[in-house]
Amino acid sequence: MTDHTAVVVGGNRIPFARSHGAYRQASNIDMLTAALDGLAARFGLAGHRVGEVVGGAVLKHSRDFNLTREAVLGSSLDAHTPACELQQACATGLEATIYVSNKIRLGQIADGIAGGADSVSDAPMAISDGLRHALIRASAAKTLPARLQALSSIRPGHLVPDPPGITEPRTGLSMGEHQALTTTRWGISRTDQDELALSSHLNLARAWSEGFFDDLVTPYLGVTKDQGVRADTTMEKLSKLKPVFGRGEGATMTAGNSTGFFDGAAVAYLAEAGYAAEHHLPALARIVDAEVAAVDYTLGGEDLLLAPTYAIPRLLERNGLSWQDFDYYEIHEAFAATVLATLDALSDETYCRSKLGLSGDLGEIDRSRLNVNGSSLAAGHPFAATGGRIVPTLAKLLHQRGSVDGRPARGIVSVCAAGGQGAVAILEAC
Amino acid sequence: MPRKKVDPLEVLATTPLAKAVASSSIGKSVATKLGVPPAVELRRGRNNPRGAISLAALSNATLVGSTLALLGRDTINVKVDTPDARTLGDSGRPVPPGYEGRLGALVLDLTELRAVKDLEYVRGVLRPAIRSLERSGRVIFVARAPESYDELEPRVLAQGLDGLNRTVAKELRGGATSNLIWVDPETRPGGLASTLRFLLEGRSAYVDGQSWRVGVAEVSDDVATTDRPYAGKTVAVTGAARGIGAAIARTFARDGATVVGVDVPASGEALAKVVNEIHGTALQLDITLPDAGERIAAHVAERYGEDARLYGIVHNAGITRDRMLVNLDEKGWDAVLQVNLMAQLRMNELLLDGRPGGLADGGSIVGISSTSGIAGNKGQANYATSKAAIVGLVRAMAPQLADRGITINAVGPGFIETEMTAAIPYLQRQIFQRSNSLAQGGKPVDVAETIAYLADPASAAVTGQVVRVCGQALVGQ
Repeated sequence: MTDHTAVVVGGNRIPFARSHGAYRQASNIDMLTAALDGLAARFGLAGHRVGEVVGGAVLKHSRDFNLTREAVLGSSLDAHTPACELQQACATGLEATIYVSNKIRLGQIADGIAGGADSVSDAPMAISDGLRHALIRASAAKTLPARLQALSSIRPGHLVPDPPGITEPRTGLSMGEHQALTTTRWGISRTDQDELALSSHLNLARAWSEGFFDDLVTPYLGVTKDQGVRADTTMEKLSKLKPVFGRGEGATMTAGNSTGFFDGAAVAYLAEAGYAAEHHLPALARIVDAEVAAVDYTLGGEDLLLAPTYAIPRLLERNGLSWQDFDYYEIHEAFAATVLATLDALSDETYCRSKLGLSGDLGEIDRSRLNVNGSSLAAGHPFAATGGRIVPTLAKLLHQRGSVDGRPARGIVSVCAAGGQGAVAILEAC
Repeated sequence: MPRKKVDPLEVLATTPLAKAVASSSIGKSVATKLGVPPAVELRRGRNNPRGAISLAALSNATLVGSTLALLGRDTINVKVDTPDARTLGDSGRPVPPGYEGRLGALVLDLTELRAVKDLEYVRGVLRPAIRSLERSGRVIFVARAPESYDELEPRVLAQGLDGLNRTVAKELRGGATSNLIWVDPETRPGGLASTLRFLLEGRSAYVDGQSWRVGVAEVSDDVATTDRPYAGKTVAVTGAARGIGAAIARTFARDGATVVGVDVPASGEALAKVVNEIHGTALQLDITLPDAGERIAAHVAERYGEDARLYGIVHNAGITRDRMLVNLDEKGWDAVLQVNLMAQLRMNELLLDGRPGGLADGGSIVGISSTSGIAGNKGQANYATSKAAIVGLVRAMAPQLADRGITINAVGPGFIETEMTAAIPYLQRQIFQRSNSLAQGGKPVDVAETIAYLADPASAAVTGQVVRVCGQALVGQ
């Protein structure tokens, strides 16, 4: 054991923009670089050698094999700053935060940056396997006839490019289709979903108007605010939208209560507590502990996006906490129904006993503590950027709250991810 | 003596319109015929005149000589135009004595000015010097402030120098400038050094025809002579994301300051670029918030330590909402007054109350006035009011802050070439650019250099002053 404490110093992101819009010319590297530069400006990190910068992107070009390091080199950080690319689908930013905090707690680095970027607008387009194999064979061929023979195997159908898929390779279902199954299984109503979406928009809009994001966001390419947030949305407007996922009675998921496609980048700045104090860096919140879980959604038939329900009880038990012991819950809104199914599952005795092996369910939580300054439904969800959005947001909320009943304010972050994974972390106010 | 015939074409050539036409590509050939000079590239930065510095000390006055010695500047003997000193030129006319080679600067120490007959000496030293002055050369008058005399004659003469200085500035060519410094009888070389140095160096490129006062303060030789006066000091600059504000931030950083760049959240991207370039920190903040001063102080205390204090703040942020008064409603009126004036008043109050991260004793405040405020400007009733009020603010607060060793001054920019002024229609812009003695617009760095001079710890004796950076604009004082 060591006595190193990892704290969140702050964060920075660019406003999240609707795909094919303001950031259509920006690559993942461009956006991640902008997020790093805004962070550097906020904390005076220009020319500073950071312990490590960790993050990645989900939709990625093969040429960006060193995405994070390239972003560092393009930023104002000292070029001696090492970087590591890490990707865990939508949980990328949170997993990167866990990675950095672990290194800090082990004393391997004194400070680090965690985050990610994602662009749907600049998504890679692959060539078909047939064409690719023919080209590889041709380039390996030693003689001209052999080369021509290799190329002659190309068929017109091979020339159609493969667009990037967001379907699960093992099930062929999109994430929305998977969630629709879960939504039906848990009987999540349309009204509940729309209400959650509404409060996400209203909460985010309020936070923006209160200036909450003034020291968390730096404008980019003329965009000064998240483009997804609709301060004027109402239940009436949301209820008019047509379902886009699911069939029949289960068709309750609309564009209003599901996240759309967004471009963006976000980073969190972490440091060892003593280092932060010495360098006059604020300590907003301490990273207490984290847990990552996965579900068997292929053969086991489990819910693709409910892996956090496995991670949360394990994390609570290890820390001697109950599900009600938190002042803030930040549960990533992939879909409104994901959040609602997660909460339902954890308060469902059968599920908790049979699936999670618990002696009973975890109970209900105070919903007024959930995503109090909005979440992905309003802010948008550029996949790898979401963790870097949530962690600094929660850390700032905790710091502002200070203490509750004589103990530091406490928060939990939960992010579900493609591949049936989920990352969860506990933070405590400094 | 035959008088030079006035060429009507030459008179016409000096009108703003002609100068404007002259700098357009179409007008180039016409301009050449009219004899309108192209804009001279001014000497800028911490660069000294190339030529020698001639020191003209009336009645063996010593203040300027000692100050130049403190600054390590050598001087040469002054040439004085007297009837006896003249020689016959090729044309058979008498020629005043001249300098060998080009003269870098003429510095006149007139602190012993007593009687009107003394002014003949002033004329005598100016004539040869002006004939020999290099491009971007300098004429610097140093005299006692009129109010420092009890007797009438020197008192009115000291005021008379103001008209002389402004005329010399108008007659000089090739980017050369003339300025007048009024000192206190107790002013010492240490207190005068920063001002003399600023005027000699290229930093004062666009300050012309101005007069301001240097008072009394203890300034050590080290402080007076350093090139990095802001080393170890933190300075906040509002409106730092672009234009003049970005230049101010860069100039303070060049001189050693740690800069806190402040701008509205919407300008954060540009602000980040500027502060990262100069290794400062960015604070995205709307300065019209009631607690803006508190947030600036909190940022300083948080980023630089609980004991950290701001050495200086530059209130650069400003907006325009131009409308003729007949079209001006309460919104356009108030927005400008809030940003340009009230925000500054509120921030000063909070930063001066001794809180952590607030303004340190011995520090400085610099505001931005404007030619529009000093002279008035059509369509800028709101702006001109706010900018004239800055002059009032500086004059009112200087004595209040004196016992804490805090200086407060302002600059008054004339036509400065920025993104904002680039939007002015071409011909109008040309007229603005040319309507001053240097026949060109100023650069953002010219304003920045003047601000950095005023805020300099070595300028502790300079407070309550408004220095225009306008190339001696035709309008205003």
